[in-house]
Amino acid sequence: MSIDTLARVAQNQRSVDARPLMTARDVHVWYGPKHALKGVSLDITRENVTAFIGPSGCGKSTFLRCFNRMNDTVAGARVEGRIELDGQDIHAPEMDVVQLRARVGMVFQKPNPFPKSIYENVAYGPRIHGLAASQGELDHIVEHSLQRAGLWDEVKDRLQDSGTALSGGQQQRLCIARAIAVDPEVVLMDEPCSALDPIATAKVEELIEELRGRYAIVIVTHNMQQAARVSQKTAFFHLGEMVEYGDTSQIFTNPREARTRDYITGRYG
Amino acid sequence: MTAVAAASRQPTDWGHPRLAQRLRRRHRSERLFRAIGLSALVVAVGFLALLLGTMLKDGVSGFVQTQARIDTTLDPATLELSADRSPEALASANYLAVYLRDVRESLGQDGVRIASINGWTELRRRVLEDPGLVGQRLTLWVPVRSEVDQYAKGRIDVGADPTLAPIRPEQVRAYARLEAEGRIRKAFNRTFLSAADSTSPESAGIRGAFVGSLLTILVTLALAFPVGVLAAIYLEEFAPKNRWTDLIEVSINNLAAVPSIIFGLLGLAVFLNTMGLPRSAPLVGGMTLALMTLPVIVIAARAAIKAVPPSIREAALGIGASRLQTVFQHVAPLALPGILTGTIIGVARALGETAPLLMVGMRAFIVDAPRGFTDPATVLPVQIFLWSDDVNRGFVEKTSAAILVLLAFLLAINAVAVYLRNRYERKW
Repeated sequence: MSIDTLARVAQNQRSVDARPLMTARDVHVWYGPKHALKGVSLDITRENVTAFIGPSGCGKSTFLRCFNRMNDTVAGARVEGRIELDGQDIHAPEMDVVQLRARVGMVFQKPNPFPKSIYENVAYGPRIHGLAASQGELDHIVEHSLQRAGLWDEVKDRLQDSGTALSGGQQQRLCIARAIAVDPEVVLMDEPCSALDPIATAKVEELIEELRGRYAIVIVTHNMQQAARVSQKTAFFHLGEMVEYGDTSQIFTNPREARTRDYITGRYG
Repeated sequence: MTAVAAASRQPTDWGHPRLAQRLRRRHRSERLFRAIGLSALVVAVGFLALLLGTMLKDGVSGFVQTQARIDTTLDPATLELSADRSPEALASANYLAVYLRDVRESLGQDGVRIASINGWTELRRRVLEDPGLVGQRLTLWVPVRSEVDQYAKGRIDVGADPTLAPIRPEQVRAYARLEAEGRIRKAFNRTFLSAADSTSPESAGIRGAFVGSLLTILVTLALAFPVGVLAAIYLEEFAPKNRWTDLIEVSINNLAAVPSIIFGLLGLAVFLNTMGLPRSAPLVGGMTLALMTLPVIVIAARAAIKAVPPSIREAALGIGASRLQTVFQHVAPLALPGILTGTIIGVARALGETAPLLMVGMRAFIVDAPRGFTDPATVLPVQIFLWSDDVNRGFVEKTSAAILVLLAFLLAINAVAVYLRNRYERKW
């Protein structure tokens, strides 16, 4: 067992009493007249990967998008409830949404690199937030982020090529590199593998495991095996409600709720 | 239940004549559609060829000028020049006297019926270029009168009754004599490209109208492009979607459909009468056309912005770009090809616009190319309109030639649009 793994095990044990990085209390979301999320409360810790599972339209993506206020950009969307990042209300007037989104990064369902060079894709975030004092430092951030995203070896010789010329899996890892280049505290992933083939999916899952501990990761997934593989905490959503939340192992082996059990055993969804 | 339904359904007989007939009908309608499409294309290309053919047939001779050779002596006495050789003195010398004398000497007593009365300006031009010519003898090709030019080009048929022809018999005789003497040539018509309007077709040119068009379009572009694009960006990316923005959208769409003459009346009422801006000026013409082009640009730019995939916006917002950064660093560059294409289409339309400019006085008779945005000017389409209306036959070929110039101008602008679109087009 490597030292790294040992450290991770130690971290996992500490996670039990770790202070939550983000907390959500009684969060409601309406899209126009549609009540899409009905009073969800949840804590997110840095040490755990939290998975949101549930059938289509259950509100899991909607809830995810509350954490970096991406629902602000949706016309007619209304969010109620309290969400805190490090004890700070993210809906408070003094909370700058631009800074919030730097601290709470996001990876989307469909890989969406900018139609710019690979380098520019990663460098864009640090540049707009002024995270690099010099070109050298920026180069370093780009290299480091691509390495963390497991993409460096594949693209180091063609950083000036367009990001959109990469394969789907590479594009998604580029998007992850772009998100972590800003050094966020939380990374939200909205079905990051649903547009990828199994090999690319495996790479991204490996990557999630690598990133755990450094960033709090929340992942929305349709794929229950994936949730079981990558997460430590799982929340099951159904019809806009959070039915059950707990340790992943418990949710998958011994769910308390009948609806969770039915979903996991494939009765519906 | 589905199993029951499947069992009760007969297996499809793909060889059944009814199905075969159906298939034939489908193929037939496709062939018919292709034939119709092709004939529509042939008709469109035919009309284009007809237009270009007519213009070329009538217009090409407008670029050719019949000229007569005269030998002239620029003696200071006849020029009424004192020792003063300043540009002002040189400009106001009596070239006409020298010209008339030397035309008679070179071309004979009936020479003035051949050479254009405006030929003396050629003397002035040469002297102002090189004051050392005063006192010298030089040989000069001057334009012939318009009716002689038309006759030389075979555009006048003297016919059975010469008294009814626009050219007089003695002119025909003098022309034949001079041609035999080798004093007549046909040369490229520099006057047409270098002069402004004139009452005599042989002295008329399109430079004034061309410069006027250029200045007007610059004003239009400078006003309509930034305002239109910024309005489109604001409406598309920042404005709340409510009844007011819906109303604005409908109004803009309606404005794009308003006949151009209405914009001319608006320009007349607002820019000339209320604001007191100079009449006939490219500034006012450009502002009027900007009003007309603005909705076109707004609509094109909005469509281009709308076509940028939302995933790009989400990507930028998701790593903490502000909305302004998202719009100007990601959305606008991707929308640029579409915005430029729409802008150039709008500007090309403005370039060919006549009616609103008539209302703000750009149909004035201007003999000099404008030097600034507030000088009186006319524009190419108005010049074409004015010439086409002229009773003098010499203007027929000028009209067609000016149309060719305008078409070339439009073609150049469209080429720029295609180039820009290909240059900036990106895939995502």
